[in-house]
Amino acid sequence: MKHLLTTKDLTRDEAELILDVTEQMAEAVTGREVPKLPALRGRTVVNLFYEDSTRTRTSFETAAKRLSADVVNFAAKTSSVNKGESLRDTALTLQAMGADAVVIRHPAAGAPQRLTEWLDGAVLNAGDGTHAHPTQALLDAYTMKRRLGGVEGRTVAIVGDILHSRVARSNVWLLSKLGANVRLIGPPTLLPKDIDGWPVEIGYDLDASLKGVDAVMMLRVQRERQNAAFFPTAGEYSRLYGLDERRLALLPDHAIVMHPGPMNRGMEIAATVADSPRATITEQVTNGVWVRMAVLYLLLTNGEAR
Amino acid sequence: MTDLLIKSADLIGRGRQDVLVRDGRVAEIGSIDAKGAETVDADGLVLLPGLVDLHTHLREPGREDAETVHTGTRAAAKGGYTAVCAMANSHPVADTAGVVEQVAALGRAAGYADVQPIGAVSVGLAGERLAEIGAMAHSAAKVRMFSDDGHCVSDPVLMRRALEYVKTFGGLVAQHAEEPRLTEGAQMNEGAVSAELGLPGWPAVAEEAIIARDVLLAEYTGARVHFCHVSTARSVDIIREAKARGAKVTAEVCPHHLLLTDEAARSYDPVYKVNPPLRREADVAVLRAALAEGVIDAVATDHAPHAPQDKQCEWAAARPGMLGLETALSISVLALGGPAGVDWDVLAERTSRTPARIAGLEAHGRDPRPGAEANFTLVDPAATWTVVPEGLASLSRNTPYAGMELPVTVQATFLRGRATVLNGAVLPNDSEEETTE
Ligand SMILES: [Zn+2]
Repeated sequence: MKHLLTTKDLTRDEAELILDVTEQMAEAVTGREVPKLPALRGRTVVNLFYEDSTRTRTSFETAAKRLSADVVNFAAKTSSVNKGESLRDTALTLQAMGADAVVIRHPAAGAPQRLTEWLDGAVLNAGDGTHAHPTQALLDAYTMKRRLGGVEGRTVAIVGDILHSRVARSNVWLLSKLGANVRLIGPPTLLPKDIDGWPVEIGYDLDASLKGVDAVMMLRVQRERQNAAFFPTAGEYSRLYGLDERRLALLPDHAIVMHPGPMNRGMEIAATVADSPRATITEQVTNGVWVRMAVLYLLLTNGEAR
Repeated sequence: MTDLLIKSADLIGRGRQDVLVRDGRVAEIGSIDAKGAETVDADGLVLLPGLVDLHTHLREPGREDAETVHTGTRAAAKGGYTAVCAMANSHPVADTAGVVEQVAALGRAAGYADVQPIGAVSVGLAGERLAEIGAMAHSAAKVRMFSDDGHCVSDPVLMRRALEYVKTFGGLVAQHAEEPRLTEGAQMNEGAVSAELGLPGWPAVAEEAIIARDVLLAEYTGARVHFCHVSTARSVDIIREAKARGAKVTAEVCPHHLLLTDEAARSYDPVYKVNPPLRREADVAVLRAALAEGVIDAVATDHAPHAPQDKQCEWAAARPGMLGLETALSISVLALGGPAGVDWDVLAERTSRTPARIAGLEAHGRDPRPGAEANFTLVDPAATWTVVPEGLASLSRNTPYAGMELPVTVQATFLRGRATVLNGAVLPNDSEEETTE
């Protein structure tokens, strides 16, 4: 594993290795007075964020620092891919600086893959357009493993704006690879065309699709999508595809409610559901740091000296 | 000008013949012994009427960092072309008599291929008001074909009026068929690959809906419509039905749509970004069959040079378009059965005779007959070549075929009897030497 660009490229063994190392990271750091490991001392990790995402950037930064890496937050234009220094020039600069790993968040799908052509260090995709967000999927899988005892054979419903969701795409490939049954539920307007080949079941009716589910993952839906006719109103969306208490009661007792954040309370998820003990939302944030430690560690050390 | 003797060329369907050219025209065909003539040995070579491109972006005026009329027509000659139709989306837009005359004059000055300007349908390609179509038609550039290419003439009223208007001089509208509301933000073909890559999709129906509408408008107005870069199987069906009813419609296909598919986008390398986008394998197969059959009338390159910074970037930030002039012949041969299976007569029809007829270029697309202008291409059907971007005559490097081995080489191109390409190399021409000295 040289880079982490998508979960589709991962083998099942690689995915399981990441989840195992994630667990080791959590165990090694939890309860320590100084929650730090020396593994990446002297290595430079660059955060290259073209989209504002304090949550994800902070998570990566924390992960790198806990492994004793030097972290550089590279200021990148957040507005448009057309403005400012080109991605290639930025890559050549980072190459000259000797970045060992570049964590990139970018609004254009495929930008991390382009980056690998221009620099030698490891590239870690922290979200590219509507393409992929592999560490989010890995932390989701890790959360399921902890809460449900595993991923294999579990049924996961991913609900909402699949079309615009890199989280959904990354979860489809990862969870199916790990043996889960994946259901995608949303209005047809928010499902990509021609996904018959995906290893998923597709449903339009949320109530019916919640039957026998072990985990339900609610995706963020932007209210503004109503302006482009993806759905008539936020209210109708919420009634048809929002997770409220009535629907929560349709889930089996052990089932968990996940959300990659940030949430639109009252839109895709009711506030009471988000705050219920069934929700794993803050746990997902914590697990995100362990997963990112594991990935940085594996990419930068090739798993040596474990 | 000394006489030119092309020795034992394979004249399609007429066996091996010598062709004597005098003062830019064919003087004699047969077994000829001409003393004093400059002789080109064409043993083993096929003589085609010079290729004609209905769809070239020469980028001048405005983006001379990507291509100029000079470099673009050199690339054309190297690819076997003797005439190219220059699209109107330059800066300034070719929407006045002044700009089209300037482009035509630059073509004459370069001397590598005849440059026939295409005029814009609407002022500034904005799709709002008609450009001065009559002034362009009556200018020295004698514009017959009008197109807002790069943009679709999506307003049905504007399209109707343009079609009616060009009837006065037997003109035609070349439509870039793309319903703009269905392709907002589109980056690649909408389908299984775009779903996976997370790139916004350009649905086939956005092309088909406009083609269907314009077929009806062509029938209603009795005017001629030409469809640029047809890319989907369903578009072919619509055009086939329209032709069967007698509608005055013609269609072109680009080499890249005959060879490449949306699978190429998996690299996220924008050298594969083009508009309309690369489609599915099934579309490629239907387009090839339609070209062989003649439902698609012509191969047109949509040669679209771009500066490096417009391609060495994120997919979404890249400009759409790819080079085509120097590879079109080889890919047309591939699409029509490969060097062993190709019917050279069909190839000549789709790459030369028919496009010349559509564009109204009477001196082009002519097989050698005494009196005809000597616009020819000599092709080695047995040779192969490897595409090296740095070796191309175009000023730009955005070829999607880099490293590919392609069949068939252009050995020589003659424009009115003068070699623009000989032994596969572009020759400097007289006017060029004058300007450099
Ligand atoms: Zn076009």
